[in-house]
Amino acid sequence: MKDIKNFIEDVGWPRILIALFLLSLFVLAPFVGVRLDASINDTLVRFGMNGVMVLAMVPMVQSGCGLNFGLPLGIIAGLLGAVTSVELEVTGLTGVLTAMLIASPIAVILGWCYGLLLNKVKGSEMMIATYVGFSSVALMCIMWLVLPYKSPNMVWGYAGKGLRTTISVEAFWQNAISSIGAFRINEFLAFPTGMFLFFLLLCALMSLFMRTRTGTAMTIVGSNPDYARASGVNIDKMRTLSVVLSTWMGAIGIIMYEQCFGFVQLYMGPFYMAFPAVAAILIGGASVKKASIANVIVGTILFQGILTMTPSVINSMIQTDMSEVIRIIVSNGMILYALTRATKVRS
Amino acid sequence: MGGEPLLRVEQVGKAYFGNRVLKNISFSLNKGRILGLVGENGAGKSTLMNILFGMNVIAETGGYEGKFYINGREANFHSPNDALEAGIGMVHQEFSLIPGFSVTENIVLNRESLVYNPLVEAFGDRLKTLDRADMKRRAGEAIRKLNFSLDSETLISELPVGHKEFTEIAREIDKSKTQLLVLDEPTAVLTESEAEILLDSMRRLAKNGIAIIFISHRLREVMEVCDDIVVLRDGEVVLTTEPSKTSVREIASSMVGRNIEKAAQGDAEGRKFGREILRIRNLWVDMPGETVRSVDLDIKEGEIFGIGGLAGQGKLGISNGIMGLYASGGSVEFDSKTVQLNNPNSPLSMGISSVSEDRRGVGLLLDESIAWNIIFTSLQNQKRFLKSLCGGLVKVRDDSAILDCARKYIQELEIKCVGPGQRVRELSGGNQQKICLAKAFETHPRLLFVSEPTRGIDVGAKKVVLDTLKKYNRELGMTIVMISSELEELRSICDRIAIIDKGTVVGIKSASASSEEFGYLMLGTSEEAANR
Repeated sequence: MKDIKNFIEDVGWPRILIALFLLSLFVLAPFVGVRLDASINDTLVRFGMNGVMVLAMVPMVQSGCGLNFGLPLGIIAGLLGAVTSVELEVTGLTGVLTAMLIASPIAVILGWCYGLLLNKVKGSEMMIATYVGFSSVALMCIMWLVLPYKSPNMVWGYAGKGLRTTISVEAFWQNAISSIGAFRINEFLAFPTGMFLFFLLLCALMSLFMRTRTGTAMTIVGSNPDYARASGVNIDKMRTLSVVLSTWMGAIGIIMYEQCFGFVQLYMGPFYMAFPAVAAILIGGASVKKASIANVIVGTILFQGILTMTPSVINSMIQTDMSEVIRIIVSNGMILYALTRATKVRS
Repeated sequence: MGGEPLLRVEQVGKAYFGNRVLKNISFSLNKGRILGLVGENGAGKSTLMNILFGMNVIAETGGYEGKFYINGREANFHSPNDALEAGIGMVHQEFSLIPGFSVTENIVLNRESLVYNPLVEAFGDRLKTLDRADMKRRAGEAIRKLNFSLDSETLISELPVGHKEFTEIAREIDKSKTQLLVLDEPTAVLTESEAEILLDSMRRLAKNGIAIIFISHRLREVMEVCDDIVVLRDGEVVLTTEPSKTSVREIASSMVGRNIEKAAQGDAEGRKFGREILRIRNLWVDMPGETVRSVDLDIKEGEIFGIGGLAGQGKLGISNGIMGLYASGGSVEFDSKTVQLNNPNSPLSMGISSVSEDRRGVGLLLDESIAWNIIFTSLQNQKRFLKSLCGGLVKVRDDSAILDCARKYIQELEIKCVGPGQRVRELSGGNQQKICLAKAFETHPRLLFVSEPTRGIDVGAKKVVLDTLKKYNRELGMTIVMISSELEELRSICDRIAIIDKGTVVGIKSASASSEEFGYLMLGTSEEAANR
């Protein structure tokens, strides 16, 4: 009995309830005509697609900069990398890696400026970050039209210039990472091994980094900046580093997303991208001040699972299309819940 | 004088959670007299005033013992409003003024002069119009009583600090009922000439029949202005007297002098020290509330050096400045090498560590484990507790070494906890303080600053902390600079003690010097003045 109590306390009620809800959806699915194997497949794919962007939250939370609502900034760097690699017409795995290679320096520069900005607004990072994300998306709406991309695969047909809102990468590098070592179990269920390996590799690297001297210092800066300063840590440097890291992971994350999804979404595409990632890590049990790799993995599975299952099961039950409404309620509801939750002390 | 005194305090006592702070306080105050209340920090002055003013904190912590009478009637205040009703006005150390309002508006706040307008018929008295002309007249009158020139139209936010003090007093005077005025260290923020004016105004007020309780650390002022003097020490009245019958010397020694024979006089005699290891010249530190103006100190290798003085005089600023936590200037040399100021890395890398007085703010990571709290500074600055992975490509935390180190200190310092993984927030103050010490010891410092090591911790932990400091000093030859408000504590373990007043060193004495001598230094009075 005591073990159960401890388990519940460690995992937390919200996660247990959500996990039970998700489980009941999977049980319910076959009875309302939703294929179980197809559902599992969708959940796995979505987990792999979104995982890296959720992982991008970790460094900034740990350094005390809060949740990275400015993730669209990193996503923009990733999009620039993606369209440039399409422009260069590099295909296959090389294509994806080219996209990442081009995106990285852009992400580092943008992240560094973003970090400098956040150091000026200590205490209200998350609000400022939200607007950094929004305004950078708006700026890029102009830039996508103006930037001199020429590839007929990407520009508007009638004008011959300006990028289209949605660009297909099917001919270039769709599933270039996902398909490495992937195997099919049946018609509806395949296992995207490469995508998972790549995600786990990034998780492992992040976990390793958090255990180095610099990573520890970053955690301490988030835990108590005054203590860190008294121990000789340069607080602003650590915070900037965490923001750069988070922005870079955002860029890599969106490229992972695109290579699986098959499309590059420009213009307003990145606008709301931060919210699912924020919701996922919060569901996973992170707070605004503490996040771990376990939070990322658990949170992404639960959140993406709910997002996949709720609409399909409930739509089949009530025979209307409510999927988008339900998604918005779940993801924003989770953010609301987690941000208002106070960390309690175990006595 | 005859008749019933305005205020009579009888056998008042108070304990917070079994910790006695006041016992058997009795004194009385007559109309038109000024009573000086003096005592060290923590002697119980504030608690006594809180009881008198009916502050909620008293009732919340179980009320008080004894009684006090106002004009012969027993008073039992449930809130500050009752106290105001009974005619007690109080000027706190911290200002309670509205910065965006003018002097006039602050003086008459919530007691404004009002005039009728038609809206009152519909909505009641709350919609009466302010009579600004009359408000201004009342404010002017109150200010005139103080004999101080103050423009009643200026906004509070634009006033110098001394003028704010006068605004507060004017507000209390304007209350027609005020018969007893409590001034809590009013002269602390005033310049010399402003203080003179204030003392003069106090005499005028007293002449008009208002009784005043004047709390101050400046004994000269107390001697000058008061009719009665009450000295508190450790929650007891140790001396009730009048200025004509006493001297600054007597007050000073009764304030600080506990039973001197009782206090453990360390084995300070006959200890030999090395050369001067820390040389401080013209140090200034801009630490809010603890400004250091110009400090020169030489600290010898192997000694325990005490720094004492009253709160707010700058003793805490010295260690914080040298450790690079607040903007500072001047020159500090450690072991003949210059310590870079404003750079926390510099002192740490040279072997200087500190235990902060702000335990929960600066000293600890409340939400991290005991082990992390102890080793982090060493890990960051000395790159210890790291192990190589992948043939030295990356270095990560060595968790088992960290836990071993934490266990060692838990045993050595008797830290009461579940294990090295427990979060520090869950520990008691005394155990938290031990962790701060462990953190500092683990950096293996040659010189250690310890600020207020026993503040807010229980007697048992106090002893462990002091004994540990002494042990590290004796066995490892660690030079320790201990900064504390408690003089007796300093005297029990230090070799020499410097007293800081108004941001400078006013004297350095051997710990065996009499408490009177320290008392003079702390109160900013020279011995000659005391003997006058």
